[in-house]
Amino acid sequence: MSDYILEMIDINKSFPGVKALDNAQLKLKAGTVHALMGENGAGKSTLMKCLYGMYFADSGDIILDGENVSFKDSKEALDHGVAMIHQELQPIRMMTVGENIFLGNYPRTKLGLVDHDAMYKETEQYLEAVGLQVNPRTLLNELTVSQMQSVEIAKAISHHAKIVIMDEPTSSLTEAEVAKLFEIIEDLTDQNIAVIYISHKMKEILEISDEVTILRDGQYIGTWPANELDNNKIIHHMVGRELTSLFPPRTSMAQEEKVLEVENFTSPTALSFKGCSFDLKRGEILGVGGLVGAQRTELMEAIYGIRLHEDEGIIKKEGKQIRINRPQDAIRHGIALVTEDRRESGIFTVLSVSDNVAIASVNQYRHGPLLSLKEIDSVVEDSIDKLSIKTPTHQTPIGSLSGGNQQKVILARWLANAPDILILDEPTRGIDVGAKYEIYEIIGQLVEIGKSVIMITSEMAELLGLSDRIMVMCEGRISGFLDAKEATQEKVMDLATRFMGQGQDQQA
Amino acid sequence: MSEGKILKKDDFNFGAFLVNNALVLVAVVMVIFTALFADNFLTFNNLKNIIANTSLRAVIALGVSGCLIIRGTDLSAGRVVGITSVLSALMLQRPDAASEILYPGLAGSPIIAALAASMTLGLVFGLINGMIVALLKVPAFIATLGTQIAIYGLNMLLSQNVPIGSLNQNYADFGRSGLQLGPLVLPWLFFVAALVSLFMHVLYKRTTHGKYMYAIGGNEIAAEVSGVNTSKTKIMIFALAGALYGLAGFLLTAKTGSSAVGAGTGYELEAIAAATIGGVSTAGGIGTVPGVFLGVLVFELLKACLQFLGVPPEFTNIFQGLVIVAAVALDIRKTMRKK
Ligand SMILES: Nc1ncnc2c1ncn2[C@@H]1O[C@H](COP(=O)(O)OP(=O)(O)OP(=O)(O)O)[C@@H](O)[C@H]1O
Ligand SMILES: [Mg+2]
Repeated sequence: MSDYILEMIDINKSFPGVKALDNAQLKLKAGTVHALMGENGAGKSTLMKCLYGMYFADSGDIILDGENVSFKDSKEALDHGVAMIHQELQPIRMMTVGENIFLGNYPRTKLGLVDHDAMYKETEQYLEAVGLQVNPRTLLNELTVSQMQSVEIAKAISHHAKIVIMDEPTSSLTEAEVAKLFEIIEDLTDQNIAVIYISHKMKEILEISDEVTILRDGQYIGTWPANELDNNKIIHHMVGRELTSLFPPRTSMAQEEKVLEVENFTSPTALSFKGCSFDLKRGEILGVGGLVGAQRTELMEAIYGIRLHEDEGIIKKEGKQIRINRPQDAIRHGIALVTEDRRESGIFTVLSVSDNVAIASVNQYRHGPLLSLKEIDSVVEDSIDKLSIKTPTHQTPIGSLSGGNQQKVILARWLANAPDILILDEPTRGIDVGAKYEIYEIIGQLVEIGKSVIMITSEMAELLGLSDRIMVMCEGRISGFLDAKEATQEKVMDLATRFMGQGQDQQA
Repeated sequence: MSEGKILKKDDFNFGAFLVNNALVLVAVVMVIFTALFADNFLTFNNLKNIIANTSLRAVIALGVSGCLIIRGTDLSAGRVVGITSVLSALMLQRPDAASEILYPGLAGSPIIAALAASMTLGLVFGLINGMIVALLKVPAFIATLGTQIAIYGLNMLLSQNVPIGSLNQNYADFGRSGLQLGPLVLPWLFFVAALVSLFMHVLYKRTTHGKYMYAIGGNEIAAEVSGVNTSKTKIMIFALAGALYGLAGFLLTAKTGSSAVGAGTGYELEAIAAATIGGVSTAGGIGTVPGVFLGVLVFELLKACLQFLGVPPEFTNIFQGLVIVAAVALDIRKTMRKK
């Protein structure tokens, strides 16, 4: 058929130790949304990077608009109308919105200087196209993740893109922001721009896409119209086996004893958390719900010692008051935190998988002055096994793993550290359905042996499906607790918006 | 089965190999060239000199390597070598020397005391550097730029700007001689450097300190969150570096048999260059002890070749400058290379 704007045929790509793409294929029609799906490490990002000129395919054909192409770099791809919004956004934070959009092709004045007036004027027009109301002279630093993403899309539009690739664009967006993104995507398709959409969120895929292509272990499994698919069919194609339920069956392990009591935590920053008190029981999974911006992350990071809190805030561990000034103190008291932002505070990109796993628990492997490399090896081996982490060797730099697998390595780091209390901030972000199930199982095993878990999550199903008890936050305050048995989506949402628009005549 | 072998050969990427080992290859070519066209290059005496120089520089480069791996640097290395070299000389002047004795109270100390004093003084300067970087959060480049100027001033006071000679004979012998292996003399300095290398290798690869160091270089925020005491680790890295410069100062005076305020000038840049040639990444988190040692060797071989080919010092400087830039450019090429 000739109505394909892009055909990628029999694409092969190997990295040392892995065949990332094994005759992968993707055929894209103009003006459609095409979802690309597969497990962590299936090769989705790699396929897109081959298209975008970041990797050279070892073999295969890329036919863009009937013309055989192979871009030597991203600039060339952009010039040919292919734009990519990355899985990990990497904007230049200390430059303005306008400078970011025009990066690489600034308009010039007659003297050859950058024509700032023209640049910012044109920027306004692109920002309008994506419905982003910020001053073009704002520093990227001051924007939210969602706004940064809109800037990226505006940049794509500025390049007259015919194809926009979005790699897990919604992983850190609120529901409202997702809805807005979908509107932008519709606008794009209306202008006959095609969108390649990568995500692990079934609901989104079924809602937004026209067609779905599924990869497994780098191989092409097939392409289907989205309306012929459902959850189960997609999962079946992705993992090659049936997955009967999304959550492992479990019964609450919560005991009476309180392992952690947090009293009256208030941030020194004005618009952050205030007056937060809660407790955590031994063997309990405490889910923390709320909208993005509810200060859940900030509260947990303050408990862990990354952020400041006012002096009247108290933490008790097993009834005894403790002081936590920095992460080392928390770790010493058996508290661990898996942070939300993997790239910034999680991974050591250039270091090996082994070092990334072992770093938080190195002291355990020390005998006298020396570390036992054997012990480290066996712990790493164990983690790779338990979390089915896809990596060629222990010594592979974590930076070359797929996004989801990097997340698993960080989880493994803290499991190796064997804390009493594990705080997880969006633990399944970017993780495929099969692996999610495995992570839920691991959380279940932890509470079974008497550990306790606090889990921040923005996924309603996860919050309702896994928690023993749910704590909901709204605008920095704890708006209520729900028992898992009585919790529903409506009740959670009600609490999550409880204090919103206060002062107006919204709510009592 | 032959198919499998052919595949393996295809796997070998010649271009990548060239980029990864460019400077080593340049050194090998230079050595062959010099051996063919210069007299007296391939002699045991020259080999001894190259080994001695490499050993001394390796101690310094190993000190700097830790600072580089955590994405810092240490510009005070050369000046710390200078002041500890002067200190060693002052302490080991012969009390009966014909020439003037600067500090009669110091002169004639035991050799071991001079060694201890040099390393301690180096350690103190390292501690100061480390605390400025870790606690005051001044970038290492600026912090050590400041301290190196100050240390030079201190050294002018200490040495009173006069050369110091007439040293303890055993000490000077130690610096000049070595283990006789047939026609080759393996300098004692080499054994010191070998011990230091072994120690550093174990420290980097087999201790929590080493793991913490790489973690800080890889991602300082993540290291902090993972429970690494980043300030303490940084201070220890700079302090250890300082102690090694102190050791190097002690060795330098032994090797040259005298000292003066200018001793060690520019050594920090050579050390940084050698570490980079040896694969320590300026982007942080990457670098090994054998790599650093190899980097120093390559750098010293290049210098020796130029000297034996009769290249005038001006050109030697130009060439060395180019090598330093090339080393960093190649390093960046390596990390940015398209996979
Ligand atoms: N630069 C690289 N060097 C080595 N291996 C790589 C590199 N990039 C990707 N890989 C490997 O290729 C495979 C596919 O990775 P890719 O990032 O394409 O997966 P993905 O489908 O995007 O997964 P995720 O859903 O987790 O993001 C993985 O096994 C990964 O480890
Ligand atoms: Mg990916």
